[in-house]
Amino acid sequence: MTVKFMDTNKTATAGHAIDMESLGRVRNEGSITDEDITLNVDGLDLYYGDKQALFDVNMEIPRQKVTAFIGPSGCGKSTLLRCFNRMNDLVDTCRVEGAIRLDGNDIYDRSVDVATLRRRVGMVFQKPNPFPKSIYENVAYGLRIQGVNKKRVLDEVVERSLRGAALWDEVKDRLHDNALGMSGGQQQRLVIARTIAVEPEVLLLDEPASALDPISTLKIEELINELKDKYTIVIVTHNMQQAARVSDYTAFMYMGKLIEFDNTDTLFTNPTNKQTEDYITGRYG
Amino acid sequence: MYLQDKEKQGLTAWFKGGEPLIWMNAAAVTVSTLAVIGLLILLAVRGFSHFWPADVFVAEYQLPDETPAVVMAERVESEDVAIEQLLSAGFTLDTDEPFIQRELVKVGNRDVSGADFKWVLSRYLQNTYYPEQAIVLERREWGNFYGFLRGLKRDGQAIAAADDEALWQAFQQSIERAETIHHDIERVEKKEIGAINYRLEKLRLRQRGLELDEALPAAERAQKQLEIDSERAELDAAYAVLQKELNALYAEWNRDSFIVETAQGQQREQRVSTVVHAYKPNTMNFANKVGFYFGKFAEFLTDEPREANTEGGIFPAIFGTVIMVLIMSVLVTPFGVIAAVYLREYAKQGLMTRIVRIAVNNLAGVPSIVYGVFGLGFFIYFVGAEIDQALFPEALPSPTFGTPGLLWASVTLALLTLPVVIVATEEGLARIPRNLREGSLALGATKAETLWRVVLPMTSPAMMTGLILAVARAAGEVAPLMLVGVVKLAPSLPVDGNFPYFHLDQKFMHLGFHIYDVGFQSPNVEAARPLVYATALLLVIIIALLNLSAVALRNHLREKYKSLEM
Repeated sequence: MTVKFMDTNKTATAGHAIDMESLGRVRNEGSITDEDITLNVDGLDLYYGDKQALFDVNMEIPRQKVTAFIGPSGCGKSTLLRCFNRMNDLVDTCRVEGAIRLDGNDIYDRSVDVATLRRRVGMVFQKPNPFPKSIYENVAYGLRIQGVNKKRVLDEVVERSLRGAALWDEVKDRLHDNALGMSGGQQQRLVIARTIAVEPEVLLLDEPASALDPISTLKIEELINELKDKYTIVIVTHNMQQAARVSDYTAFMYMGKLIEFDNTDTLFTNPTNKQTEDYITGRYG
Repeated sequence: MYLQDKEKQGLTAWFKGGEPLIWMNAAAVTVSTLAVIGLLILLAVRGFSHFWPADVFVAEYQLPDETPAVVMAERVESEDVAIEQLLSAGFTLDTDEPFIQRELVKVGNRDVSGADFKWVLSRYLQNTYYPEQAIVLERREWGNFYGFLRGLKRDGQAIAAADDEALWQAFQQSIERAETIHHDIERVEKKEIGAINYRLEKLRLRQRGLELDEALPAAERAQKQLEIDSERAELDAAYAVLQKELNALYAEWNRDSFIVETAQGQQREQRVSTVVHAYKPNTMNFANKVGFYFGKFAEFLTDEPREANTEGGIFPAIFGTVIMVLIMSVLVTPFGVIAAVYLREYAKQGLMTRIVRIAVNNLAGVPSIVYGVFGLGFFIYFVGAEIDQALFPEALPSPTFGTPGLLWASVTLALLTLPVVIVATEEGLARIPRNLREGSLALGATKAETLWRVVLPMTSPAMMTGLILAVARAAGEVAPLMLVGVVKLAPSLPVDGNFPYFHLDQKFMHLGFHIYDVGFQSPNVEAARPLVYATALLLVIIIALLNLSAVALRNHLREKYKSLEM
């Protein structure tokens, strides 16, 4: 079993073995590490103008597992998530220091093509945002961007992606209807289908179920469970039960700092940090 | 005291309840609506009643102390006039009533009596009757003729007719025949000889080009000269044939003549070819009149103007207005959209962009005549002259594009309406939800791809709104057009059968300017007035139609991209 742990506040208790040199870093604990790391966050600081939003974040996100970010509103978890596909580039005043490595390559390097990066790191947003096009065209969008226009290829990818998002049976007879006629839950699964159609390595989910009813939420959660066999998934959620249900690892963030990052079971049952404990027991946040 | 307070309270509560505001709003809407409807009704009644064939009366008209006269006319309008006014105008009247009625009547026969409208005082009209045999002739020149048909001649020989009815039938047939021949004449003159003239002009330009081209070797020059000469000979021969045909047609056209008598007893002989329509209004029943009315109305829409624009149709003006607006739309939309996309999506939002945006907004408020002057100075005298130097040197010194024309009018109006399109498109761009752009970017699309595939299609309803406003403004604009391409009478349409079919350098006619010209520059005010109303209503209808088609397109697009309400 792997135990990951991190502590930026340097208040780690003696119960855990700490390498003083890597203090403030996520680290695999020697012999028990067996996780393959996809994303590596290294000393990340993020500023919106003069205001610092993320403070020296360090973490490693394992391949083909579900990693959840929890924390109170405004703690920076969405900001951190949006760093992984450089969505923050769209904010003029945003400035990033430190490094994020995807399979060992810094994604903030000058030579990185942002469009290619985003193809590899897909993202699903809080509010379903299908394009005002047909269901088929929504799913085919990413491929058309890449210049794929062969009907045979598109048909195949659309079907595979919709099946992958557990939506195929519901929409196979109305693929050419406008996507805006679907329910919110269906729209969100369509957005997931659209994202996996371009075969990314990492799926970023930014509170994907917060605008949905409980049944749609359940479907999304089931879907996440199925998808983790193929994709590395990072999910931001406000809902701690959801984090506990779907994730393998959980990170607790507070005030722009990563407070604790651990195996989900450990973090919820035996948090190392006082702040984490207070948050998950509902004492603040 | 107590009651007063209570009342005051009631009033305050009434005001606070918002009811007065609702009433005020309703009143404002009602007033505006009524004003618009009233205007349209006024235009329709004044303009479209002009085409109705009114009855023709004959009456004796004798003012006190003056010799009696016979009047044959149709009534146009009547009004009450103060007697002092008439007395001071030199009338001798035998009445003390403070007001007396006078009527405007159309007496026609301008070639006989000098003026086709006349004011008469109703009380001095006597023995009014409506003779069945009264005829009205609509003529190509000199306006209407009112009188009686007395005979028909063919090649100078009188044609015998059993009775008046038979004579009338023969006359009608003769008019129809002349009308058919007239169509042939127009075809030969405008289409066939027009085409030959067009080619001869091209040939002349080639000749001139040859003279200007000094670098050409002598052998080649001789060769080209030979080509030109042979083509010219060919065209001259074709022209001679057509000219002969035309002469024959004219002889046929002028074969018949007829004799008419005015109500005053004067007899005149005229050629049948001078008549467009002849009718006996007093024998027409209601159905006949309705048929006649719609025939006249169709003629108004489809014919070319006659007699300094006071008779005939206004088709060239309708055509010119529509084609100018279409060209303007084609020019202004891409420019406006590109400018808006740059301002909103790419330009760094700072002081400079703000200044540019304010400047754009202010451009919308610049008086249109300023655009006209700018168009004349910049587009015509500078750009047009440069184009002439570069592309049409053989036509110089007569300018091709260096003179007002359809292209420059459209460009000037496009410039005039550009701010509207920019502002509307910018607002449309601002309304596209951010999460849709992010959705596209997150799939690996670049900003340009996102704009092209998601944002711009969704902005298209806003672009259409901009275009609707632009069309509404451009179609009604007159002042700048007077400087950059509109004329009161264009010899030909800017689109015809001669290559390259679209003649953007030509001058054209426009409904707005037509209203100004007919209403205020016409020598025959009374005849022109109904046409001003009719033309104005038609202009309003055309603008409405252009707008409605754009609105329909916008609604279709909105339906397609309705996610803005998400």
